[in-house]
Amino acid sequence: MCLAIPIRVDALLPDQMARVTLGGVSKHISIALVEDVRVGDYVLLHVGYALTRLDPGEAERTLILMREAAVPGLPEIQGAAA
Amino acid sequence: MKYIDEYRDGGLARLISATIAREAQAGRQYKFMEFCGGHTHALSRYGIEDLLPPQVEMVHGPGCPVCVLPVGRIDDAIRLAMRPEVTLCTYADLMRVPASGGANLLKARAAGADIRMIYSSMDAVLIAEAEPARQVVFLAIGFETTTPATALAIRLAHQKQLANFSVFCNHVLTPPAIRAILDVDHLPAGERVLVDGFVGPAHVSTVIGTSPYAALAAAFGKPVVVAGFEPLDVMQAILMLIRQVNEGRTEVENQYIRAVTPEGNLIAQREMAEIFELRDSFEWRGLGALPASALRLRNTYATFDAERRFTIVPVPAADNPACECGDVLRGLKKPAACKLFGTVCSPQTPMGSCMVSPEGACAAHWTYGRFRDRAGAGAPRQAA
Amino acid sequence: MSPPRLRTRKLDIRGGRVDLSHGAGGRASAQLIDEIFRAAFDNPFLDQGNDQAAFDVPAGRMVMSTDAYVIWPLFFPGGDIGSLAVHGTINDLAMAGAKPLHLAASYILEEGFPLADLQRIALSMARAASEAGVAIVTGDTKVVERGKADGVFITTTGIGMVPAGIDLSADRARPGDRVILSGSLGDHGVAVMSKRSHLGFETEILSDSAALGGLVADMVVACGPSIRLLRDPTRGGLAATLNEIAQASQCGFLIDEARIPVRPEVAAACELLGLDPLYVANEGKLVAVVAPDATDGLLAAMRAHKLGRAACVIGEVTADDRYFVVMTTAFGGGRIVDWLAGEQLPRIC
Repeated sequence: MCLAIPIRVDALLPDQMARVTLGGVSKHISIALVEDVRVGDYVLLHVGYALTRLDPGEAERTLILMREAAVPGLPEIQGAAA
Repeated sequence: MKYIDEYRDGGLARLISATIAREAQAGRQYKFMEFCGGHTHALSRYGIEDLLPPQVEMVHGPGCPVCVLPVGRIDDAIRLAMRPEVTLCTYADLMRVPASGGANLLKARAAGADIRMIYSSMDAVLIAEAEPARQVVFLAIGFETTTPATALAIRLAHQKQLANFSVFCNHVLTPPAIRAILDVDHLPAGERVLVDGFVGPAHVSTVIGTSPYAALAAAFGKPVVVAGFEPLDVMQAILMLIRQVNEGRTEVENQYIRAVTPEGNLIAQREMAEIFELRDSFEWRGLGALPASALRLRNTYATFDAERRFTIVPVPAADNPACECGDVLRGLKKPAACKLFGTVCSPQTPMGSCMVSPEGACAAHWTYGRFRDRAGAGAPRQAA
Repeated sequence: MSPPRLRTRKLDIRGGRVDLSHGAGGRASAQLIDEIFRAAFDNPFLDQGNDQAAFDVPAGRMVMSTDAYVIWPLFFPGGDIGSLAVHGTINDLAMAGAKPLHLAASYILEEGFPLADLQRIALSMARAASEAGVAIVTGDTKVVERGKADGVFITTTGIGMVPAGIDLSADRARPGDRVILSGSLGDHGVAVMSKRSHLGFETEILSDSAALGGLVADMVVACGPSIRLLRDPTRGGLAATLNEIAQASQCGFLIDEARIPVRPEVAAACELLGLDPLYVANEGKLVAVVAPDATDGLLAAMRAHKLGRAACVIGEVTADDRYFVVMTTAFGGGRIVDWLAGEQLPRIC
């Protein structure tokens, strides 16, 4: 329920920190709450901490579901991929 | 911006809007509560109401930690901050929340209190480290999204063996608040909010997962769809709720699959469990005292608990008697129905917390949506 | 035999600092003014060494404007307090349609302020003024004790002349008029926020701080009588500007979010900070309200000028007795763009 932003990990830093970039704007944040963060991952940033990694496959599936919801006449999708 | 712009696509919005209009049955009312203040804000800021058919109504819930913080706790924070040795660190959102007697943290700062606005709990620890002569108190608020940040800050202070850092803990929990909204049978008829389903919080759910909602959905027979924050997420979740209602289902569904799993963030949960324990009871603005709904520091970390370090004795403080934040928070009243809305109460002169927090229902309605009210309600000053 | 000539050492600009003697009105003050300000601004008015500047004025309508500049940090990507102080007052004159004539600048300096920074600011002001074709013809300097000012505060006052037949005023907007924005929103505010250490992020966004006198001159030549008003959206952003006009003209607005230019980096920074670009300060942009039939002509004139290349129509004036600024969001639903409540504090939750 709080403002959290998807943002790309640019570089890993010591002490469980990382540099993240959104649209050319960079910041140093803590990744202590997320395991195995790699450069190129997208994480959700909230008050200076990464909360979770974003799953690119599920992100794409969400868009597919949305496009299917937008087209009349297609069968309903019950949460599973079409 | 990747993972943001795609979910704000206006073209897709129009099409999903058409689908919602088709699938919402004529003659049937759908009343859904979006629990979370972030969703309240998204609904208003994007004007999503314009894209929903008239039979679908969104009711704003209490999921805004600034809004549910009772006046007494802000009074306590101000009292702490006025102590000459204390540096109070707070998220900016709390600065203008009204306390007793028209006070607030912003005015306390103007009167000389050392109050600093910070972006992250870690900043408070760093201030404590840099200024050992100051007693640094972090005013911690938030649902489960924000609690792990406080836990990590306490851990860091513990590692650094800081003697001058403590936390005034006001962290609250989501499932008990949802339960309080749903558990209406014991209330008089006029005080029951009857919703057909919930839009579940986005980022609380990244931390706690979707499994905690299952017991609530089952016990009260209402569907829950956990939704992301972007406007297309909210619309898709509303569509999923409409489908559940139409089909008589009362399941927990996850729309925010790109960030939320059934079990949530186990590291975050572990960190929270290490540092915090449940309070027996905690006062919520609008919901009254709820059992097992808030956190305090464990005895092991008592030295970082501001309530123990400074012997904070709670002084019960009443809300402004004319303030109807309680009813708004529980979804009983729409903001425009509050007598104070737009007359005495506005973001410039907030009477209650619903108007101060950018995610409060009243602030959201005032800032983005009040032009839809009947003419005259909340209208700007007429020219002489 | 002639008396010995006093040899004064030049100011140590590299390593020296402002001290209380520089504000006392004696030799030290005179030296500061001479070696920093007069040297930088370099014009015949200052060379005369008077406390005031005297000049003839053309016949016609004069406008005057004054503003104080208390920005922190003093130096930011794309400008500094000095250039801002020059641009800002020139722009206030330009918003009346005026050609700026002369500027005055007064300084409140904090004891201990590095002379190197002061010179940098003075040179920046000289450059800004020269580019805009005006001179800083008179000024004042005061020094206050350490801790009583934040480095330096600057107040600039300007005068300008309004061409005949031009009457720009906030109360002249009429339903049906078009609203034109000269370029992207939010650059200045985000550039400044980026330097505030407690927010801790790096960005290459430059402030848009610029003197709009030249752009306005071209606009006035092209469509002067058809322009209802000009406003620069500084503190409070576009939102404040449109709401001010709505109140003054007793009208409403309908604007289209999709047409409002915001640079991607500015949008990203605003996301991170929880800010709405509509409320963020700009220092080199203007809003023009113009009669509908002159819209194309005005746009063409603006786009031909380097500060108006991205000029676009963002909406129109409506009849609304509640004076709402209504916006169609890029998403499709509607919202209002209300006055800013208090200071725009970053959202976290």
